[in-house]
Amino acid sequence: MAEQSVEKTPIQIHDMTIAYHKKPVLWDVDLDIPEGKLVGIIGPNGAGKSTLIKGVMNLIPKASGWVKIYGQPYEAMRRHIGYVPQRESVDWDFPISALEVVMMGRYGHIGWIRRLRREDRRIAEEALAKVGMEEFAKRQISQLSGGQQQRVFLARALAQDARIYLMDEPFAGVDAATERAIIDILIELRRQDKTILVVHHDLQTVTNYFDWVIMLNMRVVASGPTSEIFTDENLQKTYGGRLTVLSEAAQAIASQQSQ
Amino acid sequence: MLENIGRFLSLSDANVRFVLLGSLLIGSTGGLLGSFAVLRKRSLIGDALAHAALPGVALAFMLSGSKALPILIAGATLSGVLGVLCIQFIVNFTRIKADSAIGIVLSVFFGIGIVLLTHIQRSSVGNQSGLDKFLFGQAAAIVNDDLKVMSILAIFIITAVLLLYKEFKVLIFDPGFMQSLGFSTRLVDLTLMGLIVLTVMVGLQAVGVVLIAAMLITPAVAARFWTERLHVMILLATFFGGLAGMTGTFVSSLAPRIPTGPVMVLVATGFFVFSALFGPRRGMLARWHRERANRQRESRQHLLRACIELEEQQGRQHFSPQELSAELQWPQQRLERQSKRMVRAGLMQLRHNGWSLSQQGREEGLFVVKSHRLWEHYLFYRDILDMDHLDRPADEVEHLLTPEIITRLENLLEREQVIDTQRIVNIHASSSLYRPGGQDD
Repeated sequence: MAEQSVEKTPIQIHDMTIAYHKKPVLWDVDLDIPEGKLVGIIGPNGAGKSTLIKGVMNLIPKASGWVKIYGQPYEAMRRHIGYVPQRESVDWDFPISALEVVMMGRYGHIGWIRRLRREDRRIAEEALAKVGMEEFAKRQISQLSGGQQQRVFLARALAQDARIYLMDEPFAGVDAATERAIIDILIELRRQDKTILVVHHDLQTVTNYFDWVIMLNMRVVASGPTSEIFTDENLQKTYGGRLTVLSEAAQAIASQQSQ
Repeated sequence: MLENIGRFLSLSDANVRFVLLGSLLIGSTGGLLGSFAVLRKRSLIGDALAHAALPGVALAFMLSGSKALPILIAGATLSGVLGVLCIQFIVNFTRIKADSAIGIVLSVFFGIGIVLLTHIQRSSVGNQSGLDKFLFGQAAAIVNDDLKVMSILAIFIITAVLLLYKEFKVLIFDPGFMQSLGFSTRLVDLTLMGLIVLTVMVGLQAVGVVLIAAMLITPAVAARFWTERLHVMILLATFFGGLAGMTGTFVSSLAPRIPTGPVMVLVATGFFVFSALFGPRRGMLARWHRERANRQRESRQHLLRACIELEEQQGRQHFSPQELSAELQWPQQRLERQSKRMVRAGLMQLRHNGWSLSQQGREEGLFVVKSHRLWEHYLFYRDILDMDHLDRPADEVEHLLTPEIITRLENLLEREQVIDTQRIVNIHASSSLYRPGGQDD
């Protein structure tokens, strides 16, 4: 019985601690994220929001703890995960078209050395169309607006055809039309029982967009259904008092290391 | 000299064929891998690698007593890679940044190499001449056996790039995403670095340690000016590199004492200068042209706005040059030049009693005035700027506002009852100071 319930949990995080250059940025995270939820990850700058989703995907080493995806290690399940990195994390002057970026979403399915098939191209074109960018397929990516670049990144994740989506600030710096388009797609994904984690900054839209929240400030302050968890008290705990004991402790560890 | 040219062009001499083919291989593999190196922002690593290879060449000769290319390349590779590892080590374990680390390692290894070369020259070892060719390169030294080695390496490099093209592309564009897909970025990065090492080593003898990095960087940078597609850039860089290699070898063969490396690099630099000037979108001429078009559009819009605003103030449609130049605060000359352009474009008419707008000019002018005022109203309403700061920043942006943005501004300001869209007043003239600090939708 217990095993059954574990396998149905898309993301299970147990006692995960992550440190950059020995300086801990996330402490003892324990989370069970239920299937088919649109989950907002909120917290102040430096709270470890990006670190949390990078930790799930093994993009950065964990100091301790483990993550399971539907009861399996990430390596076995990575084809079921779609990722939207922060838009600023790449050089948009790279000589490549919007469609080529989206086709990268297929690379994980085709694997090493093998080339893209016609089928992959079709899936990528469909993904671009879903975000309303089919006209821009051949456009070089630096000639797109910020909102359009963000849509291309979202289309790439859609082309991954995943069950879990991890998105790092997909709403950062986008226009109102793009924000609407993105949220519509996220709601559509949820309708298909996908699980979506979104690092989010705009507190005003949290209750509208997300049915589940993770409130983070170097540790999980609270997590659960938005209606129960997104309270003034928890907001105060998450955002109030910049220098928490944890960050002071992390600073102490870091300065000891550099001496 | 004519004899030389004839011998070269007829390709009858087997040596000439080896040399030309060799330099073609060196130039084109340099352009090919250089594209990846430049985009990965690793161009300087290639330079460090080449300089650090010099002591390896000297040591390989001292230990083996042989000048066979594979042995020298092996030595060069070992010390080159050692140099790159030193750079990594310095960056990882000290606070020294990559550029300084590259500088330190490059000069130390190169210095050791020169000391060893000098030692070899002075010692009594027979047959020691020729190693100094590794400094500035001598393509003429390529013989049949060398060409075989170079061809095998070149075929290996090209095959590897063809197979791993997709992996290199995603590695350079978005390594984090690549890793999330389950590819080992470390493995792909090491492979790419290994191929760059091989490319440098293949060209070492013909181009020389001092300048081989230029054969990585220059063709790739030149190619970037012509295209926005990676595969086109790679093909172009390969072509530029190959052509520079062959031309350089040819020119240097005309006079016996010209080393090959510098000539190749000069030819490649020629490609670069040409591309930087004439590249279609990124080239300097294209940019200059765009900027000039922008300046002219701004001047046109300023003049149109001045006419419309004078019409509003004065209630007449003909203005003297003096009136216009006072309104615009332009020197007479600039006004005349711009007016002539406007007349040619059919926006203004010149009559004996002064200048006036044509029908077309008035239409465009009204739109320009509307954009300007909407934008000023918006900036002030949003509390972005104070009244006395408004004019200049509004000027800079208003020329770029599209009709769609104007429509949105208009709807927004009208809904908020900031303006009456039937008659948008000049914000500086009106005394209606409304409450700033509104919100967008």
